[in-house]
Amino acid sequence: MDVRVWGCRGSVAAPGPTTVKYGGNTSCVEVRLASGQVLVLDAGTGIRPLGVVTQSSLCPELHILLTHLHLDHLQGLGFFRPLFDPEMRIHIWGPPSPVQPLAERIAMYLSPPLFPVRLEEVPSQVTFHDAPSEGVTIGSATVRSCLVLHQGPTVGYRIEEDGRSLVYLPDHEPSLGTDLRSVPAEWMSGYEIAHEADVLFHDAQYRDHEYGAHVGWGHSGIAHAMEFADKAGVQNLVLFHHDPYHDDVELEEVLKEARQLWPAAEDRVCLANEGMTIEMGTRGVRVLGC
Amino acid sequence: MRAEHLPIASAVADGHYLDVDSEAPATGAKPLPLILARELASNLATPMFVIDARGYLVYYNDAAAQLIGKPFGEKGEISAAEFGALLNMKTVEGEPLRRRDSPSGIAFMQRRPAHRRLYASGYDGTEWLLHATAYPLFGTNGEMSGVVSVFWPVGDEEATS
Repeated sequence: MDVRVWGCRGSVAAPGPTTVKYGGNTSCVEVRLASGQVLVLDAGTGIRPLGVVTQSSLCPELHILLTHLHLDHLQGLGFFRPLFDPEMRIHIWGPPSPVQPLAERIAMYLSPPLFPVRLEEVPSQVTFHDAPSEGVTIGSATVRSCLVLHQGPTVGYRIEEDGRSLVYLPDHEPSLGTDLRSVPAEWMSGYEIAHEADVLFHDAQYRDHEYGAHVGWGHSGIAHAMEFADKAGVQNLVLFHHDPYHDDVELEEVLKEARQLWPAAEDRVCLANEGMTIEMGTRGVRVLGC
Repeated sequence: MRAEHLPIASAVADGHYLDVDSEAPATGAKPLPLILARELASNLATPMFVIDARGYLVYYNDAAAQLIGKPFGEKGEISAAEFGALLNMKTVEGEPLRRRDSPSGIAFMQRRPAHRRLYASGYDGTEWLLHATAYPLFGTNGEMSGVVSVFWPVGDEEATS
């Protein structure tokens, strides 16, 4: 599978001259499978340029996998051009709710007064699904999810193809109420899907000195992200969901701090940036533009 | 849902304790509701037990360890049958309490909350009169992740009233 980051900013888009290197768009990652299908992880503002650039190369069926419905993961959906193409068949997956179907929850945003077009009026053929707790086959990949610790119903996804695994946990606070250093791995939120992943995209919103003022907000400090990845036996960690107040200079400080925590494996930790690509296949994992 | 509809609990509800499948305790990842229940338990001074969807006791807190006699880290996961035997639960009339009639058995088999007063014996034979409350944990995906059971000592005044 080929992976490309279209947005890696957390909470709110942060465009401007100080965020050019890592990007200001909110969460969106494209995963192009060997079988040709395209999976889109989250619909933050990064999904808008994804729709523009890849409109001509998309197969007529694509899958949008939403981790949760906070606006920074949903805001771009109404600006995703394929949504307005009647030839497109779009499957939208999201966290299950015992109270309200996914379509209704998304329509709370995609309807007036928050948005001029109602979700039910978009021309493409849209189907909604609960995120799968058992593996489902999409093209040449298997996709599964599990509920993870964040504010409100939230899932993470694991995508496997050709013996390689990509795990996406953009909003995750596994340290809440526990000490990750001592808790057994199987009792960590997210371990179910993250264990021994080849590549893990993980929430790393806060520097460690910032985390104390944000406990319970649903995001991780750097040390927690590193501890989680280490205990889960992850091969490559991509720090994701950058704080909107962290400019490019500060993010590089974040990376330094992270690599100091994993000194023996510092080349296996990097910061997500817009345009970053990762090739994953039988020959291995290759990170480009990092 | 009736017990016979549960895929994981055998319908040996007539036995003294709830029986469960004979597989060894799993060592795999736990679902989020169980993880959160464990974290809640670990921060409480009240004895609290966490049972997974197979019926195995997968965690108890330090307060509960005073009943069991060992911290969970030393005891490890145990089956529901062993759990029941450890506590030797009795009704307030002194009759043996069948597992299916215990709050945790009801919560597990009937998937509903349950509460009763009962006697339980500690590891050293001390018998305690307790309030026991158990309730099932359903995740937002609708799946039952397990059961939580909490014990409170019955106060002397209440016991004699």
